[in-house]
Amino acid sequence: MYVAVKGGERAIGNAHRLYAEARRGDPAVPELTLEQIGQQLSHAVDRVMTEGGLYDPFLAALAIKQARGDLVEAIFLLRAYRTTLPRFGAARPLETDAMAVSRRISATFKDLPGGQMLGPTADYSHRLLDFALAETGLPPEPVPPVAGVSESSCPRVTGLLAATGLVEAPPPDSDEADTTDLTRTPLALPAGRALRLQALARGDEGFLLALGYSTQRGFGTTHPFAAEIRMGSVEIELEAEELGFPVVIGEIAVTECQMINQFQGTADQPPQFTSGYGLAFGEAERKAMAMALVDRALRWRELSGGDDARTPAAPAEDEEFVLAHADAVEASGFVQHLKLPHYVDFQAELELLRRLRADAGAVGCADGRAAGAEAPESVP
Amino acid sequence: MGVLARASADELEAAWAALTPTPPVFRYLRRPETGMVMVRGRIGGTGQRFNLGEITVTRCTIALANGTVGTAYVAGGLPRATALAAVFDALLQTEGPGGPLATHIVAPMAQTQADRRHAAAAKAAATKVDFFTLVRGS
Repeated sequence: MYVAVKGGERAIGNAHRLYAEARRGDPAVPELTLEQIGQQLSHAVDRVMTEGGLYDPFLAALAIKQARGDLVEAIFLLRAYRTTLPRFGAARPLETDAMAVSRRISATFKDLPGGQMLGPTADYSHRLLDFALAETGLPPEPVPPVAGVSESSCPRVTGLLAATGLVEAPPPDSDEADTTDLTRTPLALPAGRALRLQALARGDEGFLLALGYSTQRGFGTTHPFAAEIRMGSVEIELEAEELGFPVVIGEIAVTECQMINQFQGTADQPPQFTSGYGLAFGEAERKAMAMALVDRALRWRELSGGDDARTPAAPAEDEEFVLAHADAVEASGFVQHLKLPHYVDFQAELELLRRLRADAGAVGCADGRAAGAEAPESVP
Repeated sequence: MGVLARASADELEAAWAALTPTPPVFRYLRRPETGMVMVRGRIGGTGQRFNLGEITVTRCTIALANGTVGTAYVAGGLPRATALAAVFDALLQTEGPGGPLATHIVAPMAQTQADRRHAAAAKAAATKVDFFTLVRGS
């Protein structure tokens, strides 16, 4: 428990001024512009938009600048800002089938319709520091465009398998589908898969990455294949009430990942591949992959025939553990609240310890510890 | 409306400046207002919808002197560009399909957008690979 304290306004004001000075750094060095952050630190912008739950590259860049590159703090700033905006409605679900693809790879089929397209990636690089980047003003070598390219969309890899029934069909969509929104309704467990995916999309990339990794290492038995990862831009369509017909309001960049896992089948379902799904704003491949792994791990109960008696076998399968701890803003807030004054609490514990030691001394322990006496586990 | 929504603020300003003889008279039915729209994905890409996150959107509704109502919903937080898009929407309704605005302003914008998409696709195509599976000799 912490208590309110008064005073310190001047110190706080000066501390914020000092923070602003530190943010600016040496005034002899040119100040960062939001355009520079948006263009040249785009992965940071994408992460802040995804976990901040708001697609707006300008605001995300501003948050990153204000937070001095602390992405969790920037996510917090963006989350706080979005609470000031009214909501006009919900867009029609994204059609990633129609994505203008800039990257598309599959680890399951070497030759697939539409081909493997690496796009802008650091994969296959040696991760050697490129000192040429330390020199400014050198433009990168341009990519030679390929003539006669058609912009036809790529067929989905799982679609190719679904035709033969070897991979499960995703749960069907309908206008009546449950769209309970985590930003409006507190999380209730058990959560449906749609709600879980919203929580995972907003979830901390590092946390999901570690959980996804844990499933690969045996904490939750899955053996996933990256059936398809695609990145590109999709249109946002909105049916505004006063118009009565859907209009395109813009395009956004997204990354999508479909992992497939072998599945032995149950009494109701034949043996087939089952899938985990990941989707994130911008170019966010690691996030989308980790999300897909955790999505699949959290489906264990549904895929084991809905046996309520069983308990999760691994942290990544534990819905409460995953969903209650995935949010970086919540986690950061609760950890950092420990900085707030706990003076009264601490005084109480100090008093208790002194009394225990005095009591122990009274029964004759030379070092003040009572033999066999155990410290209480917690102090209310 | 999609073409106007995808156009950059600079493109809309240029089109506005090029309007002859003068920019039209209009009044706001709803001044530009920035809010959010929930973006939804689909489980597995094709299945049940889920909330992914929101996007900032600015909307505006105007009426021309002749009473025609123009509306714009544009992703992002640009009030002026959205207002211009709403005016163009009304002007395009007034002149009907194939009018001078559609021909001289919207069509070139659509072409620019198509060219941009095509250029991105042509560069991405340069990263297309054929993986070889090597067979080990005995």
